[in-house]
Amino acid sequence: MIERPETAVPSIAQRNLEGYVGFANLPNQVYRKSVKRGFEFTLMVVGESGLGKSTLINSLFLTDLYSKDYPGPSQRIKKTVQVEQSKVLVKEGGVQLTLTIVDTPGFGDAVDNSNCWQPVINYIDSKCEDFLNAESRVNRRLMPDNRVHCCLYFIAPSGHGLKPLDIEFMKRLHDKVNVIPLIAKADTLTPEECQLFKKQIMKEIQEHKIKIYEFPDTEDDEDSKLIRKIKERMPLAVVGSNVVIEVNGRKVRGRQYPWGVAEVENGEHCDFTVLRNMLIRTHMQDLKDVTNNVHYENYRSKKLAAVTCNGVDTSKTKGQLTKSPLAQMEEERREHVMKMKKMETEMEQVFEMKVKEKKQKLKDSEAELERRHEQMKRNLEAQYKELEEKRRVFEEEKANWEAQQRILEQQKLDASKTMEKNKKKGKIF
Amino acid sequence: MSESAKPHHPHPQGKGEKNHGSDFSYVGIDAILEQMRRKAMKQGFELNIMVVGQSGLGKSTLMNTLFKSKVSRKSVQPDPEERIPKTIEIKSISHDIEEKGVRMKLTVIDTPGFGDQINNENCWQPIMKFINDQYEAYLQEEININRKKRIPDSRVHCCIYFIPPTGHCLRPLDVEFMRRLSKVVNIVPVIAKADTLTLEERDFFKQTIREELRANGIDVYPQKEFDEDAEDRMINDKIREMIPFAVVGSDQEYQVNGKRILGRKTKWGTIEVENIAHCEFAYLRDLLIRTHMQNIKDITGSIHYEMYRVRRLNESNADPSMLVTRK
Repeated sequence: MIERPETAVPSIAQRNLEGYVGFANLPNQVYRKSVKRGFEFTLMVVGESGLGKSTLINSLFLTDLYSKDYPGPSQRIKKTVQVEQSKVLVKEGGVQLTLTIVDTPGFGDAVDNSNCWQPVINYIDSKCEDFLNAESRVNRRLMPDNRVHCCLYFIAPSGHGLKPLDIEFMKRLHDKVNVIPLIAKADTLTPEECQLFKKQIMKEIQEHKIKIYEFPDTEDDEDSKLIRKIKERMPLAVVGSNVVIEVNGRKVRGRQYPWGVAEVENGEHCDFTVLRNMLIRTHMQDLKDVTNNVHYENYRSKKLAAVTCNGVDTSKTKGQLTKSPLAQMEEERREHVMKMKKMETEMEQVFEMKVKEKKQKLKDSEAELERRHEQMKRNLEAQYKELEEKRRVFEEEKANWEAQQRILEQQKLDASKTMEKNKKKGKIF
Repeated sequence: MSESAKPHHPHPQGKGEKNHGSDFSYVGIDAILEQMRRKAMKQGFELNIMVVGQSGLGKSTLMNTLFKSKVSRKSVQPDPEERIPKTIEIKSISHDIEEKGVRMKLTVIDTPGFGDQINNENCWQPIMKFINDQYEAYLQEEININRKKRIPDSRVHCCIYFIPPTGHCLRPLDVEFMRRLSKVVNIVPVIAKADTLTLEERDFFKQTIREELRANGIDVYPQKEFDEDAEDRMINDKIREMIPFAVVGSDQEYQVNGKRILGRKTKWGTIEVENIAHCEFAYLRDLLIRTHMQNIKDITGSIHYEMYRVRRLNESNADPSMLVTRK
């Protein structure tokens, strides 16, 4: 009988441990490390102005990100769609979260809203590109994750269905980012209207094949029950408020109307608590994972495929994506060496220059000294000449004077001689 | 109806009229009021209201609430699916309603598709064309040689413009539309779905809107320049302080404090439509129907229509072939 060879794939046998090894502590280590490192989360809010986006952000994170002193983008009218980002560091229970809120003021507000989604798409793509470049570098110790993890899209509570703008936007963004549609200002709708509206929206979303963020099924029974409840309530109808009002002796956050108080955290009034729990308490990590594993990978494969498909490198980042890591290392080394050389030559140049300068200075001072020396010599000579001149003049005068004296003496002598002669001759008279 | 008190001296009994009995100085001129009333009751009134606004702002519901019956387009044409039309359509539905012997022919003109597209440039064009077409039709009837006794009045008397309750300010689309149309028709701006706003937000929003209207030179009804005398001005000033009205519409009845009232029921309370502490629907209804209806029609007839007529006749003076009767 021919023995059939055993399949080559070894099955992973389950073994029971005989003692306590200790790797059950791994989650704690991971936990401690991530707590030390801190978390990052980027949330984007998109919707027409006046739908309560800023208020909802304030309510979600219990801070006044947009307050009276720093009014949110919706208080200022914009002519074109802009993308603004604000970073907040939130600390709670030793865990710190760097929260980035990306707002899109001006979206859907103009008369002509064609391509108002373009700035949003550009922003998301640029963040993915930054991450791609950071990932492809050789030295990637600090890799900040600025990719948009979640996009909350605010639907106006018309009660009928999605607007063409809503459909267009979601269709274009559903494979770039996790889109979570929300019904804004849900205190406009009665419970029946809300149900109808939600059903209509889900129907339209399915009709247009829009892929909104799907909650993952877990194995845990309790969790999956919760998740099923969330799925039934999609899209979530939210009301935002940061104002504390007293109702029946309790302090609640809500909106005060003449006919009652709409409580934000009451599950029967709106789905705010569901949104908050989902976004922050249970699914934040999953949102980041989906962004990383699905949306970012889509972007990356599209980008790299585009580059390798065409022979010509059409992408903006030349060279960084087309080489293998080794070649890239070589290139980086060469770059480094070149940089070093350049620095060396630069320094030499600087040195030379300094030396020249000093030399020049010395020469200058030497010349200066010489000049002064010359001048002093000339001065001296001039003085000497002057003196000589004076002496000569003086000598001349002296000679003159002496000559005159002599003449005078001679005259005197002559005069005396003549007088004598005269005397001799006869002073007869 | 007139009742004769004395057999050979029948005099009519109008509102607040004294029986003068055998009063020789009584001529009976004031009886004209009664005659007019009788004629009006026989003829009936016509009112054409146009509602403009994005879809989902409660226009049809408000119309139903105003006239306490299902007069809106949606109630008449049951549409199984609410689809936003690709271009703006103008649909007008007419109803004959009667109250206490007074008949009224109400026409509600709806504009589905307004402001719903991605590119809303010139979305006001079809509406302006429609309004001008109605004026044109009336003009043609007027200049006919053989005129009808009563020209059917299909001119738009009042245009209710629905502003979405963002709480911040008017959108460029709102400003553009109202600027162009306040010149040809009476515009009454209202804040739709006002149950979204708390009272402080409502006041702030109204103030912002009034400032923007003033800044853009938009004159909404009641227009300042058409106030005839001091009394009018006082009344209208009070109204102008309240514009735009924050309205909530509903055609469902609920039981509140033993009374059946129109309202919206939410988990945190019931909004009563006719309660002025809750919303300003009552003011709007009084303005449109109970106090200013005739004034609205007069302004449409004597001012807007006349402006159109002057313009058209001037054009035809330049080019006589333009004024051709189109049948």
